[in-house]
Formats: sequence, C-alpha cells, structure tokens
Amino acid sequence: MTPILRIQGVSKHFGGFTALDGVSVDVAQGERFGLIGPNGSGKTTLISCVAGAQRNEQGTIVFDGEDVTRQPAYQRTRRGIARSFQIPRPFRSMSVRENLIVPLEFVVHRRSLHRADVHGEAQRILDDMGLGAKADTPCDQLSQVELRKMELARAMAARPRLLISDEAMAGLSGSEVDEVLKILFDLNAKGITIIMIEHIMHAVMRFSQRVVCLDAGKIICEGTPDAIVKDPQVQKAYLGA
Amino acid sequence: MRFWISLLVILGLAGIAAGVMKNEYYFFAGYVVLQFVVLATAWNLLGGYAGYVNFGTAAFFGLGAYIAVLLIKAFQAPLLVQILAAAAVGAALGLGVGVLTLRLRGIFFSIATVAVTIIVETVIINWRYVGGATGVQILRPQSTWPFESYIEMLFFVALVLAMVAVIIARYIQTSWIGRGLRAIRDNEEAAECSGVPTLKLKLAACVISGALMSAAGAPLAMYQSFVEPVSAFSLNYSVSALAMPIIGGTSHWIGPVLGAVLLGTVQQVVTVTISSELNVLVVGVLLVVFVVAAPEGIVGLARRIFRK
Repeated sequence: MTPILRIQGVSKHFGGFTALDGVSVDVAQGERFGLIGPNGSGKTTLISCVAGAQRNEQGTIVFDGEDVTRQPAYQRTRRGIARSFQIPRPFRSMSVRENLIVPLEFVVHRRSLHRADVHGEAQRILDDMGLGAKADTPCDQLSQVELRKMELARAMAARPRLLISDEAMAGLSGSEVDEVLKILFDLNAKGITIIMIEHIMHAVMRFSQRVVCLDAGKIICEGTPDAIVKDPQVQKAYLGA
Repeated sequence: MRFWISLLVILGLAGIAAGVMKNEYYFFAGYVVLQFVVLATAWNLLGGYAGYVNFGTAAFFGLGAYIAVLLIKAFQAPLLVQILAAAAVGAALGLGVGVLTLRLRGIFFSIATVAVTIIVETVIINWRYVGGATGVQILRPQSTWPFESYIEMLFFVALVLAMVAVIIARYIQTSWIGRGLRAIRDNEEAAECSGVPTLKLKLAACVISGALMSAAGAPLAMYQSFVEPVSAFSLNYSVSALAMPIIGGTSHWIGPVLGAVLLGTVQQVVTVTISSELNVLVVGVLLVVFVVAAPEGIVGLARRIFRK
C-alpha cells in the first residue's frame, strides 16, 4: 500500500520544552490508524502539525505525494486533510447546517458557488450522521454527543481523504462511544483514511488496524493493537515503572 | 427587492426634504449622522462580522480628510476625485495595517490599531504642506445645480456614501464572505480547518473597511472649510464608530445604521441644546447600558421580542 501521509523527522519545541522529537511514521491509504500515549506525550501537537494549525520546526509532512509542511491549514483542508477538535469548536453563532455550509462553500464548491445546492448537501451529510433533525438548531443547544457528531460532520463536509479524529469520544457514555465508532467505521468503509487519537483504550483497540504509541514526543512502539497492549514500554509509559 | 426600494424611497424623501426645508442646519446635522453611518458600517465589517475590534477608525477618517486637503491644494481636484483617492489610500492603509497586525489576535490587534492613529497623526502634524499642527483653511467652491448650497450637496454625497457602505455590508453579510468572517469570529482555528483562508479574508475586510472610512473622511475638508490634526484624528471618531454598531447590534448590517442614526441624532441634539462636551458622555453612558443590558444591541433586542 502506498502511504497517503508521510511524516518524516518532525520536531516541535515550545520554548525549552520538546513536544515532538523526530517523529517519523507513514499512514497507508485507507488505513485505520490509532495514535495513543499518555497525557502530554505530543499526540495533539503531532496532528496539529499535520493539519497545519502548528508548524513543525524540523522534518517534512507529505500528503498524497505533495510536501505540505509549509502550507497554511486552509490549503491542507482543501487538499483533503480534515480534523475534529479535542474540545469541540463549533461556530457558535450558526445553526448546525450553517456549520457545515462553511466547508462546503470554502472547500468543495468554492469555484461553483452559484450552482451548488449547499443546503441540500449539508442536510444529506447530517442525515448520514443521524443529525438530520437538528439541522436548523443553533449549535449552542446541542448535547455533547451531538456536538461531537457535528464536528465530524463538519470535517466530512470538506470531503477529506484523511480524517483526524482527536478524542472524538472523550466524555461520552458507552453507547454513545459505539455510535461514534460506527460512524467512523462507515466513513472508513467509504475509503477515507482515519487517524484516531483516543484515551478510551477499548475503542481505539477495536477500531485501529495499526497503533502507534507516543511518549515524551517520541514513538516508543508501533504494531497491531494486540502487540501494543502487551508491549512492556507502553505499559511503563501508561502505568509508570 | 424591498431593500432596494427602501433605498430609493430614502433618496426620494431626502430630495423632497431638500426642496421643502429652507433651514440649512438640518443638512449640516444630517451630514454628521450620515458620516457616522458610513464609519459604523465600515467598522462593523471587521469589528462586528469578524470580531476584530479596531480602535483606529480616526486614523482612516483623518487620513481621508487630509488626502482631500492634499488634492485640493495641489490640483484643485473635484470632490468626487477627493473621495475616490481617499478610498484608494484608505484601502492601501488597510492592507498595510492588516498585513502588520492581523496576525495578532484579540486585544493585541486593538492596541496596534491605536498606535496606527498616533503614527498617522504625527506624520500629518509634521507635514507643513497640508497645514501641519495649525491646520489649513479650505475655500468651498460655489454650489452646483440642483443643490441650493454646498452643505446641501455634501449631505447628498454623505447619503450616497452611506448607501454604498450599507450595500457593501449587506452583500458581505449575506454571502460566503460574511459566513467566513463569522466563522473566524466564532473560532478562528476551526475556521481555518474548514478551509476558510482566515488571513486573506480578514485582510479583505480590513481593506474594504479602511476604504470606506477614508472615503467618509474626505468631504470633511469641504464640510468644515478648515481641517486640523487634533480634531480630524479625534479619538471620538474611533469610539463612536465602535459604540454605534455595539448599540445597534453587530450581527446584522442594519445594526450599525440604527446605532449611528440613534446615537448621532442624540449627539447633535445634545450639542445644540445642552453642550458639545456632554455628547461624549452620552456615548459612554449608552455604551455601558447596552453592553450590560442588551449585549446584542437593538437588533438582538428586537429578535428576542419577535421570537416571544
């Protein structure tokens, strides 16, 4: 399989703190890729560098054969990288549908705005996510699980080829976790590569085909979910000595 | 359609008023109100839609007035040329300020715009040709048909400028540009990740806003027949341009218009009946009242009432 995302020697410092220290990893086209690690290990920093919210000082990020290291975030979104946020970041002044219309107007239909039916398309995406009935609700009236789904829907509205889900299940109940997992499985079945960052171990282990564990900005282990769980280094990173 | 008819009706009413009313003062006062409609509407493009609070309205406004002075002194340029040139220079200043400051967020951007006012004012104070610190006297030309006086003509110029500003603001608000600006205000990082080119969009808003503010300043030279830096770059312009949209409501184009008409009229009445110092107090008191009692302004109040 050819890699859709190639991260090579990526380093990122915040003052004297090394958040990422020469991280290199490839993600294959269509893969379900899990990223785990203790708090502060650099997971969110790594995907922020991939999505463009932060710039890595060293190393390159190649997406679909193109070096995107120096591109601003909005261009990477247009190339096909989408993300959801750890803490949901809805556009609070807008309805759920309008939240989706933003990427529809700025990514998918930006050259054919007057011909596009962005309202209908937003509705279809929301229907797929089980949020269809909430389309015209102001998004500050959504529950936590609905907000998470809305974030995924908004990410999907940009028609990404790579979706990064940053703790989309944090704080959800067991059945809600299953709902979100099903959505992500469905998206993957449509050919979208998915990187999942998650603290809910059973979810990330069930979902991922391959898991990488970060600790203190370095990859300490890579393998199948089963192998990762048994790895002594991973156990040490999570449980201490 | 209703919007365009309203514009025509307003223009028609103003025309009738010009024929009926013989007291020039009403046009004199009306001009100021309309000038604030332009400033408030322009401010709202960046401050209201995108949430970037600009304290530098006076820089753009005063610069516009001085571009007009420069063109009058150098070429005896007609008013239309003065306004267009002021708009062009205002757009350029907007671009320059934007490139330098729009990477700053929140309060840092606001502080930077205060600095811009001081810089522009200092340059003008030290520029002898346009009058320096003492200011410059301008001779108003004869009024041209169909206007009975030059002030009356300036009133109509301000009315047209206000309409242009409102048309632009309305277009931006209802189009994809406005949605992008709102996304920036709600959450800039999420906007960027939704494909919104945040820096470009903010720059565009800053350029259009700057052009309108400077255009609003251009007729000042003719209106006052005298321009000097302290009053042309007065902080009152910056504060009013910010207070009016907040009082009217920043989420809709009508907000700054309502705020400017309300506050501008009250200011004029207070200036004439009580004192010219008190009108600054009026702005302050109204601003505090609205921020506390109706943070979404008149538009927000109206929406709440209609929903009930």
